[in-house]
Amino acid sequence: MVFFLVFIGIIVVVGLFFVSIYNSLVGLRNRVKNAWSQIEVQLKRRHDLIPNLIETVKGYMTHERQVLENITKYRSQAMDASTIGDKVKAEGMLGNALGQLRVQIENYPDLKANQNFLALQEELTSTENKISFARQAYNDQVLFFNNKIQMFPSNIVAGMFSFKEEVFFEVEDKTERAVPKVSFN
Amino acid sequence: MMWELIQANRRKSIFIFIGMGLLLILIGFIFGSYYDSDAGGIIGVFFALILFGILSMISYFAGSKIMLAVSGAKEVTKDVHPQLFNVVEEMRIAANLPHQPKVYIISDSAPNAFATGIKPENSAIAVTAGLLGQLNRDELQGVVAHEMSHIINRDVMLMTFAGIMLGAISLMSEIFTRSLWFGGGSRYKSKSSDKGGQAQLIIMIVAIALAILGPIMAQLMYFAISRKREYLADASAVRLTRYPEGLASALQKISNTNLDLKSANKVTAPMYIINPLKKKGMQIANLTSTHPPITERIKILRSMHQGVNFANYQAAFNQIKGKQSAIIPPSGLTDAAAIPLRSSELSQTSFETDKQVKREVGDLMMRLNDFRFVSCSCGIRLKVPPDFTDSKVSCPKCGRIHTL
Repeated sequence: MVFFLVFIGIIVVVGLFFVSIYNSLVGLRNRVKNAWSQIEVQLKRRHDLIPNLIETVKGYMTHERQVLENITKYRSQAMDASTIGDKVKAEGMLGNALGQLRVQIENYPDLKANQNFLALQEELTSTENKISFARQAYNDQVLFFNNKIQMFPSNIVAGMFSFKEEVFFEVEDKTERAVPKVSFN
Repeated sequence: MMWELIQANRRKSIFIFIGMGLLLILIGFIFGSYYDSDAGGIIGVFFALILFGILSMISYFAGSKIMLAVSGAKEVTKDVHPQLFNVVEEMRIAANLPHQPKVYIISDSAPNAFATGIKPENSAIAVTAGLLGQLNRDELQGVVAHEMSHIINRDVMLMTFAGIMLGAISLMSEIFTRSLWFGGGSRYKSKSSDKGGQAQLIIMIVAIALAILGPIMAQLMYFAISRKREYLADASAVRLTRYPEGLASALQKISNTNLDLKSANKVTAPMYIINPLKKKGMQIANLTSTHPPITERIKILRSMHQGVNFANYQAAFNQIKGKQSAIIPPSGLTDAAAIPLRSSELSQTSFETDKQVKREVGDLMMRLNDFRFVSCSCGIRLKVPPDFTDSKVSCPKCGRIHTL
């Protein structure tokens, strides 16, 4: 009888332990999802900001038609992208094009004196920062979640309920990490 | 990760809360016994508990409001300073915090900043107009990240409870020492009626010693906690921004100023990013400073070349201080992946002159104090004070009439 009770007790304790691990895994997965949605919010903001930016800049930057056209093109590509892979790629290109624009702007002192443009530039800088910070927070969460899935004892629970490892949001080295070249003529 | 730090801070908060309660009960008992050896102890304990309860309630429910009111901070909307708002939001995103802290500006030209809010849900970040004028975007980001770290690490909660402890002990000792001068009569009465004069004498000595040493001890503890929190907030800030140089150069700029923050006082001083009082003589780390020496904080930040992990900060700290002292709780050092540094923002290299900075700060302070701005077509900007009641104002340069 005593043995039976002890046995039941052990099962209950182990069960509670597993439940708490399961709950923490669900909580972490939700945090990953939330962090991802933050990235999407900021990407949407970037898309909303671009028409306004192009409108303001167009009048000044007559020689930079190509840069502006690229921005418009990548924006619509990014908005139409259906798979996450496509989206990441298009957003990378868009970020790169916006970086080029910011370098070119240095050649237009009139533009830099325009109050309207300065306000836009602050918004643009901030949105780019927010995107990279959101990505950073997302990757932190993913790392934490994946560690939990791989480590004992939570890996047992993760295996039982088929929790899958999340994918990091990496940027392609070539497109975004490259420092834009400035040429002085 | 962050979570372990939060847990560690919660545990410390509870520990301090209980410790302070016990200390207060002891003080109440001793002070009470001093007046009446039979029933006084119980009354003293009762009095101490009530005082403690009231102070805790006030600071828990109204602490941040009081802090903001005392510092003269005003809540602002995004159009007053879009950059500040953006930077706060950036750091909120980096910290993965669901709630956006409120943004306050203090109309003072001394650069400084603080954060309040026991819970992240109703937190606020306040910066001075002088800070906004002097710092560039990266530096402002560093300062805001430091304040955001106080919020996410629950430092505000810890410091508030530590502050109540200090306040309650100081208040009790104050009341006791004052009553020694004014209400000393009861002492002789109880002494003469009491047979154990010796015990009474011991209690008297202990009471006086407690009245003198209690507040000093509490203050030293408070300051020790405060210093450690500052290092930890620096470490977390760097982890958020991935850019130690931003905070380092902000600290340097802030420390180079010789302006005193008018609204700061002894109690609110530990809440600020650097000590707003006593600008000179803060170079030496001593027991009575609320903040670690700025030169050391800057040196630590600037020697973080390897990465921006908590472990990297701890290593830099050990190297600069030349001793092992756990700034980061061991559980916080477990994020194994190395985090690389970020490079600086490339644009916005506008060098402003001193005059421009002063004008910017002045404009911001006027806007906070409800001045209205009217741009005249001759190129100058009229600044209309809030007590100006006329509906029309003429331009002092060209004489055009503007309707308000």
